[in-house]
Amino acid sequence: MKALLICEYREGKLLDASYELAAFADKLGAEKAMVLIGSEAEVPKVNGTVYLADAGKYGEYNPDVHKKIVLAAVERENPDYIVFVHSSYGWDLAPRVAATLKAAQISEIVNIVDGKFEVGICNSKLRRNVTPTTGKAVLTIQAGAFSVTDASQGVPQLERIDLADGASSLEFVGYEPAEKKDVDLTRAEVIVSAGRGVGKKENVPVIASLAKALGGELGASRPVVDAGWVEHSHQVGTTGQTVSPKLYVACGISGAIQHLAGMKKSDFIVAINKDKDAPIGEVADVLVVADVLQFVPALTGMLQK
Amino acid sequence: MKVLVCIKQVPDMESRFKANSSGNWYDEADLAFRMNEYDEYAVEQAVQLREQLGDAADVTVISIGPDRVQEALKKALAMGCDRGVHVQDPVSSLKDPWQIASIIATFAKDKGFDLIFAGMQSQDRGSAQVGVTVAEQLGYSCATTLVGFACSDGVITAKRELEGGLKGVVKLKTPALVTCQLGLNVPRYPTLPNIMKAKKKEILSIPVADILKEEALATTTSVHPPARKGGGIVLEGDLNDMAAQLIGILKEKTAVLR
Ligand SMILES: Cc1cc2nc3c(=O)[nH]c(=O)nc-3n(C[C@H](O)[C@H](O)[C@H](O)COP(=O)(O)OP(=O)(O)OC[C@H]3O[C@@H](n4cnc5c(N)ncnc54)[C@H](O)[C@@H]3O)c2cc1C
Ligand SMILES: Nc1ncnc2c1ncn2[C@@H]1O[C@H](COP(=O)(O)O)[C@@H](O)[C@H]1O
Repeated sequence: MKALLICEYREGKLLDASYELAAFADKLGAEKAMVLIGSEAEVPKVNGTVYLADAGKYGEYNPDVHKKIVLAAVERENPDYIVFVHSSYGWDLAPRVAATLKAAQISEIVNIVDGKFEVGICNSKLRRNVTPTTGKAVLTIQAGAFSVTDASQGVPQLERIDLADGASSLEFVGYEPAEKKDVDLTRAEVIVSAGRGVGKKENVPVIASLAKALGGELGASRPVVDAGWVEHSHQVGTTGQTVSPKLYVACGISGAIQHLAGMKKSDFIVAINKDKDAPIGEVADVLVVADVLQFVPALTGMLQK
Repeated sequence: MKVLVCIKQVPDMESRFKANSSGNWYDEADLAFRMNEYDEYAVEQAVQLREQLGDAADVTVISIGPDRVQEALKKALAMGCDRGVHVQDPVSSLKDPWQIASIIATFAKDKGFDLIFAGMQSQDRGSAQVGVTVAEQLGYSCATTLVGFACSDGVITAKRELEGGLKGVVKLKTPALVTCQLGLNVPRYPTLPNIMKAKKKEILSIPVADILKEEALATTTSVHPPARKGGGIVLEGDLNDMAAQLIGILKEKTAVLR
């Protein structure tokens, strides 16, 4: 069994997530080859073939061209699986490769169980095992689900890929940096976050008061930020900040993977949710089953005494 | 400019879910259904484009599923889409993303849509495949995960959301398909007059068998609850008791309360 792993490269750097692909292939028991559209200086340190195409020439983000590069590697390597990280790069490129090959795609794999691929459905409230029925399959893996145990120290064998036709229907204009932060959550020892379960903007101060009573900062889940209740600099998660405070309190937050990715390394996690089955329960050290708007003021009151 | 919006109807994610008796999807009994959150942003963006271009734009909204999806279509019409298309399929949830994409692409082929909007992912299945696959099948240019959108003279400027707050700006020419991310805009609530007006708008029904020619490429072998890692303490009951208990636990287990 062979897996072709598609690395990620951004702003001149190989992204660490690329090594998670190798961890996944190891768990699957597959022979590995990798593709990097990047630079020679950033080639991943793994044993085996690495197909290298020059990002200087083909662009860091250009899915039309990257698809052709991946397909050229598929042609040479003839893998059973073509594997991406389920990220803004991976979920964008994977279906293009899959459609061209007419290969099954299985998205956001969280586990391999008896050789079957397990994915989440309904906000991870259920799991589903999926099997491809095509000879080749395209897979994307959940970021963080396959952890890298030791720093890779292999010696890759480089194979260059050059395209005759680098035409693209899309033009990459540039990056736009993250908004400037007015709070640095990464340094906070205590974070109390508001989720959609707080109901409306007017209720956010209830959560902020608890944060204050605990000597911490206010965090938020994404919908709360998207709705304009709280500034983006307070957002925790894959598209916000990654935090690991001594105490994280999630108030009315369901526990979607993109939120968990930003806070699950916290030392101690308390979740307050009216739904006992909310996925946040999986990472919480304490789950308080209650209405946040009733429980949080009671807790804050007691702390202030 | 001819515009198509793809919407899916999904259950409210706060529901309690369990596997169906065949073990290949969740049990739909007792669930309340609504428009996929990501698709609301897609509808809103299409309607804003329609407002920008006036009668030079025409917006069709399509949904594949059982009869209940007409509710989602009606909401999209009340938000301002011009007409609906219901591809009738009582078992659409068992189709794989390749098949769903093929249905949409078969419908859209030869109709000359300049721009197609889809959600970045569906909240229940979350494959994040259908939109991009439709684009591939139609040979359209495609950008995903949009948090910014502008269109003038057939050129789309799209702001894609990357990780950690970083964004990437791309330009693409029509015909194109874009997938919408949370926060792209502020989806409107349909007003009562617009709900009334929407009742007069046409919803075309097409039996799925008429336009689906593709086999599934993947099969579901089981649906099951996640293995509970457990270990966590669950507090239930009286508010003050729970608050006191929690403070006790925090004092014992963390260094933040003294
Ligand atoms: C590419 C991508 C990136 C993303 N990035 C992020 C990110 O960085 N950060 C992030 O947070 N999300 C992110 N998301 C969104 C994520 O998938 C979820 O949609 C989001 O985290 C849900 O936020 P929530 O838990 O506040 O809301 P919901 O999922 O709506 O959950 C609300 C919760 O509150 C509970 N509740 C409701 N009322 C009450 C009450 N009165 N008392 C107690 N509990 C109550 C409910 O039981 C429910 O569990 C991203 C999504 C995508 C696709
Ligand atoms: N049954 C459906 N009918 C119409 N559009 C759909 C359907 N399923 C998925 N889509 C579209 O494809 C997007 C991605 O879905 P998915 O690939 O399932 O995550 C959704 O946000 C919708 O825009």
